[in-house]
Amino acid sequence: MHATSTQFKKVASQKLADPKLQATLANAKGRFVVARSDAVHDIDNFEEMREAAAQLRDHCLDNLDVYLEEWERKATAAGAIVHWAESAEQMNQLILDIARDNEVRKVIKSKSMLGEETGLNEYLENGGLEVRETDLGEYIVQQAKEHPSHIIAPATHKSKEDIAKLFAEKHDRPQLEDITELTHEAREILRPHFLDADMGISGANFLVAETGSTMIVTNEGNGRMTTTMPRVHVAITGIEKCIPTLEDLSLMLRVLTRSATGQPISNYLSVTTGPKRDGDTDGPEQFHVILVDVGRTRVLGSNLREALRCIRCGSCMNHCPVYQNVGGHAYGWVYPGPIGSVLTPAYVGVDKAIDLPNAATLCNQCGVACPVKIPLPDLMRKLREKQTELGLKSVWERAGLRTWTWVATRPVLYGLLTKVAVRFGKLAGGKDRLLHWLPFAGKEWTSERDLPAPSGKTFREIYAARARRDGEANVR
Amino acid sequence: MRVGLFVTCLADLMRPSIGLATLKLLEQSGCEVVVPAAQTCCGQPGYNSGDRAGAQALARKVISEFDDCDYVVVPSGSCGGMIKTHYADLLSEFSDVKVKAEWLAARTWELTGFLVNVIGMKDVDANFNGTVTYHDSCAGLRELGVKQQPRELLSKIDGLTIKEMDGAEQCCGFGGTFAIKYGDISSRLADLKCDDVEKAEADALVLGDLGCMLNIEGRLRRRGDKHTKVLHIAEVLTGMSGRETE
Repeated sequence: MHATSTQFKKVASQKLADPKLQATLANAKGRFVVARSDAVHDIDNFEEMREAAAQLRDHCLDNLDVYLEEWERKATAAGAIVHWAESAEQMNQLILDIARDNEVRKVIKSKSMLGEETGLNEYLENGGLEVRETDLGEYIVQQAKEHPSHIIAPATHKSKEDIAKLFAEKHDRPQLEDITELTHEAREILRPHFLDADMGISGANFLVAETGSTMIVTNEGNGRMTTTMPRVHVAITGIEKCIPTLEDLSLMLRVLTRSATGQPISNYLSVTTGPKRDGDTDGPEQFHVILVDVGRTRVLGSNLREALRCIRCGSCMNHCPVYQNVGGHAYGWVYPGPIGSVLTPAYVGVDKAIDLPNAATLCNQCGVACPVKIPLPDLMRKLREKQTELGLKSVWERAGLRTWTWVATRPVLYGLLTKVAVRFGKLAGGKDRLLHWLPFAGKEWTSERDLPAPSGKTFREIYAARARRDGEANVR
Repeated sequence: MRVGLFVTCLADLMRPSIGLATLKLLEQSGCEVVVPAAQTCCGQPGYNSGDRAGAQALARKVISEFDDCDYVVVPSGSCGGMIKTHYADLLSEFSDVKVKAEWLAARTWELTGFLVNVIGMKDVDANFNGTVTYHDSCAGLRELGVKQQPRELLSKIDGLTIKEMDGAEQCCGFGGTFAIKYGDISSRLADLKCDDVEKAEADALVLGDLGCMLNIEGRLRRRGDKHTKVLHIAEVLTGMSGRETE
């Protein structure tokens, strides 16, 4: 997917000023947050599970080579055909080749964010295939020719009315109002595609090394059908998703679904090990798995490594005050919100996403809600340092910070300048002691806020005067 | 016990009453208070903006200034959190200074945490007639675990009633330089915080961080709210409320 993250500031402003989107976001805001909070408080050891999950993910990343090779051995033994792809182009081409080898015309897909990363749909369509998203949210954004704005709720930026209008137009049927009816209509439209598709493409939430399985969680059942009904199943997954055992999987699932939707468990858990066997009533004839790098090994060797713990629950964006108000599209690439502010620069390029790590208050509402304890604010701060190293910071910001440090490391000068500044500040505050307008970067503050004016003296000078008066010895 | 007071640059410049109130609270608690005269900034603006070298210079300065104190008290969760949870990382390349940073971190406390967890403050010598609602600042809450301490202290004040607001733990949108880089996002978050403050219908909003105070008060006033007081917890605990104090 082409990244438009360089436009973040402009697009975010547009999103803030879009009343329809704001109403939709306000309606969605808090729903996942409350659900997660309830689910987490239903059990008494969630914090311990988070800690264990974080440690497990680190262990997997530390031993990724070992577990991936074990996984490949077991998967191959179970009859899966394993491929490795280093780049997005390689992955897309591999899938197109598999499709051509098997005379595939129609492809159904269950949700895969990796597919969004590599622009898979477009690639396959350009290769002459018909591609149908079957996750309801993905289906909606595909019909609208948009991109997902959330990793587990792709169409969360659209209102019920938007979707009703879209369905009426695309399905050429009367416009519906009721959500259940809309869902039934989508199901009715999608069902024949499940039945006559030649290939199903799924992602994988996890790879289980000890059994050579791929694993997905879904709520709609479309994943189960995508992985079992067409004669060819291709699972695509980032190499970082590998975990050692089924026992480990049970831990990861417990933190994943609670953090994502607040469910103790998702409606469907599909563990796929090899293709259809003799005597099986269903399942694909061929089962391909493509293990994809696309930047993962580079991140593994960088100081952003902890981001690879991510299990794609979406909790960080649900809890992010910035995401809650600008929505996912402002971030300009596959992953929005805090994890996107780390992964986009990591995968697409630090210079292609300058705003993202900066457009956060570092409030850490994301970090404390992350099921694998990714220190998201720390990673964003590291990216800010990287921007400085690479000379990507604006001249004004660099100059401002340098001046501040230069003055603040010279206490006498600092004392003089601040004395003058707070007197001016007080004067400018006038009778209501508020600054209504500030120049330069200060305009960003005062366009919608006042700044309470300083009181006219600094603490340091008041304290020094008091100490002189009292003759105290404690002033140094 | 020898307690160093780190006023913070923001309180020094914008609202010295916070520093004076903190000083009074520490003196009331029987501490021998040391106020290094050359203190300025903890380095957080640079640290959070990717200027590691600048932040390191200021962190070294703070570390040397409070070398001989048993405790260091900061009337801010943000600057307190900077020293306590980030200095060791900031200075990780310099093993000798890092050790000192860790030692400083172990002795550093946010004001209300210090009063409750170290001093065990029993009585609060202040009055307040009315209701207050408390905003949990992000760093105080999520870096230092400051949650019950300010409420415990406020509940000791005669005449004061706490009315909790919705979303007390939600970020107000200040975020340091974020507020002047993404002014409209920052203002929107402040506006949502103001909605919650007004819904609580308290006489005053009380909090422990001046950055959030300036942000929320600034937005409240621009919205036309002239009556809700915005006070630092140290000001409320001493009755030295507001910007008049000198």
